[in-house]
Amino acid sequence: MNPLERFGTILLVAGLAFFGAAVAVEAWLPYQVLRGLPMQRLDEIARQVPPEFEDLAARYPDAFRRHFGAPTPEAYARALQIGIETYRAEACWHCHSQFVRPVSNEDRRFGAVSYPGEYQNVLQLPQMFGTRRVGPDLIRSAGKHSNDWHVAHFFEPRDVVPSSVMPSFKWFFDPPAAPDGVPQPNARGLAIVAYVQWLGSWAEQPDAPLLPEVTAAPGPAEGAAAAMTPDPAEGAVAAAVPGEAP
Amino acid sequence: MAVADARGKEGDFDHVLRRLVLAHIVAGLAALLIGLLTGLAFAFQFMQSYWFPGIEWLSPGRVRMVHTNILAYGFIANVFLAGLHWAVPRITGRPVLSPGLSWFIFWAWQVVLAATGIGILAGHAQAIEWGETPIFVDPVVMVGLIAVAINFLAPIVKSGRKPLYVALWYFTAGLVWTPLIYLMGNYVPQFYLPGASGAAVSGLFIHDLVGLFVTPLGWGLLYYFVPVIMKRPIWSHAVSLIGFWGLAFFYPLNGVHHYLWSPIPMFAQYGAVVATIGVEIVVTTVFINFLATLRGQAGALVQSLPLRWIYTGIIFYVITCIQCAYQTLLTVQTIVHFTDWVVGHAHLVMFGVFGFWIFGIVTELWPRLVGRPWHSVRLNRWHYWLTTVGTSFMVIDLVAAGLVQGYLWRDLAPWEATLRASAPFWTARAISGFAILLGQILFFVNLWLTARSSPAPEAVSVAAAAA
Repeated sequence: MNPLERFGTILLVAGLAFFGAAVAVEAWLPYQVLRGLPMQRLDEIARQVPPEFEDLAARYPDAFRRHFGAPTPEAYARALQIGIETYRAEACWHCHSQFVRPVSNEDRRFGAVSYPGEYQNVLQLPQMFGTRRVGPDLIRSAGKHSNDWHVAHFFEPRDVVPSSVMPSFKWFFDPPAAPDGVPQPNARGLAIVAYVQWLGSWAEQPDAPLLPEVTAAPGPAEGAAAAMTPDPAEGAVAAAVPGEAP
Repeated sequence: MAVADARGKEGDFDHVLRRLVLAHIVAGLAALLIGLLTGLAFAFQFMQSYWFPGIEWLSPGRVRMVHTNILAYGFIANVFLAGLHWAVPRITGRPVLSPGLSWFIFWAWQVVLAATGIGILAGHAQAIEWGETPIFVDPVVMVGLIAVAINFLAPIVKSGRKPLYVALWYFTAGLVWTPLIYLMGNYVPQFYLPGASGAAVSGLFIHDLVGLFVTPLGWGLLYYFVPVIMKRPIWSHAVSLIGFWGLAFFYPLNGVHHYLWSPIPMFAQYGAVVATIGVEIVVTTVFINFLATLRGQAGALVQSLPLRWIYTGIIFYVITCIQCAYQTLLTVQTIVHFTDWVVGHAHLVMFGVFGFWIFGIVTELWPRLVGRPWHSVRLNRWHYWLTTVGTSFMVIDLVAAGLVQGYLWRDLAPWEATLRASAPFWTARAISGFAILLGQILFFVNLWLTARSSPAPEAVSVAAAAA
């Protein structure tokens, strides 16, 4: 009888050996290559409080004091922890990737190409690479937008980016204390902004944005017309890199 | 619901637990309905008109995770368990290890699904793609998967020292692989390996779930149902051997192709690309085998709806595989990765292939399970055409959208321009979703009316003889 049709062969060779060999080649070997990279704990990440976090404390003083106290490394660590938990709970990673590829002009759109060492920390456990970009990549987000841009954007993305399809996250905000007041970010709201502003803060940032900011976009009708101009791609390149048009 | 088994008591005649098979099918179709509604709701987010704005528990991001998880673990897994409970006892001539265990698995599985859905909506999703089942539910899933393996491997082992039939190769391997990949994918990147090394494992998990859980069980069921419905053997046993062993060798190596051009070491990425193309070559043999089984009797596709579903799924499978071998190339990846192209591919695989096979199996089994002929063959035809046209349209639409997005991104168009360019494709996607949903509603109505119609044992045996 053909051994390939026997239960034992199928169980041991196909079921276990082939599977084990694949895990060894495709997971264990990469791990062996990367294992020497130092692993960062949360307190090591949060040792230096960045200006964006201090800005949050200054801009939303009441909310910040209530939820995080003062902008200390301990408070920053807590904010990053709540931030990543919120990022996971809302599945932000389903629509935003966290790695810049060395292809498709991504280094010009987002920033420096990603490298393995920058993912060796507890906030990448589990990793947040992502497989889809409905919104832009986030691994070079630090400092790209101001804190209040982010706060307004989380409250209602379409107020800031008219064609955005991002959900609004009203539950990141406390209702206004006074009837004529404005909603203030709650712990999750402050934390998710701190987390997004942390992403890429370790990498060198260029002095000027790589692409012109498009915040005051035309209305939907005009926008559709703009997208339908004879060659939007060519025009965009010219607009994006003045003086470097092909 | 009482089950009329014309030929005796539950499990008497062929060791099939008919009531359990029926329960798994009903649970799977209920999951399908939830999966379609959540998917459609999420599609409306892309048209800036979400159904439940401002409700935290129904936030689009969370609803999307319910969509993918309920379809993979609720719809596909439930109906595959029904298929296994039908096919394994009939092939081996032996009952499963324990009917009590089968019913325990059934209820445990539904509890897992409910806990997964509620956990995700409450904000406790695990941040692992296709493994969003909350961390506290994972141990229950592991117990369930091991129980499933033991329950079905028992009759396969007991069937003696004879060579196993093809379907049982796929079942045996799939039942061993599934708990292993679940353990690997849900625990290693969560607790042990961060960043790039964790992503390598996550890539394996994403792909193994399709390639080592859904695919082998699906092909196994086809190797049982197609010869039974056709009343003729599979064309070539030797080609079956090539197909199975090639799949077993190449498929586990594919995973890292989900993270090409990422910081994962390049040798792993190159290996995954080569293995992916290997799989596609091997899969072609399986396709040829099934196509040749049909030789001279292609007219059966017109008469038999189950066969039509199954072979449409097989053709979608071939399209998927050609697409996969192409899109895994590093050059093509530069454009299509991160775009709706991949979303279209995923819908073609999970719904166009495995969903269609499941509809074939359910269309075949339902009249026999409820002991009544189909209430309306016409409704079944509508089900087939609405689903086929809707799925094809959705996939073509998303693949096209992906190309538009990929080239606009490469050409450094402002992000908003890419969103505006995507908008018409996203509207078309929602419309095709409606077509699919309508098809399923007609199917559910037909299932219900069939089960409720007056029993006609003679008609059943006539229908069975004609099938």
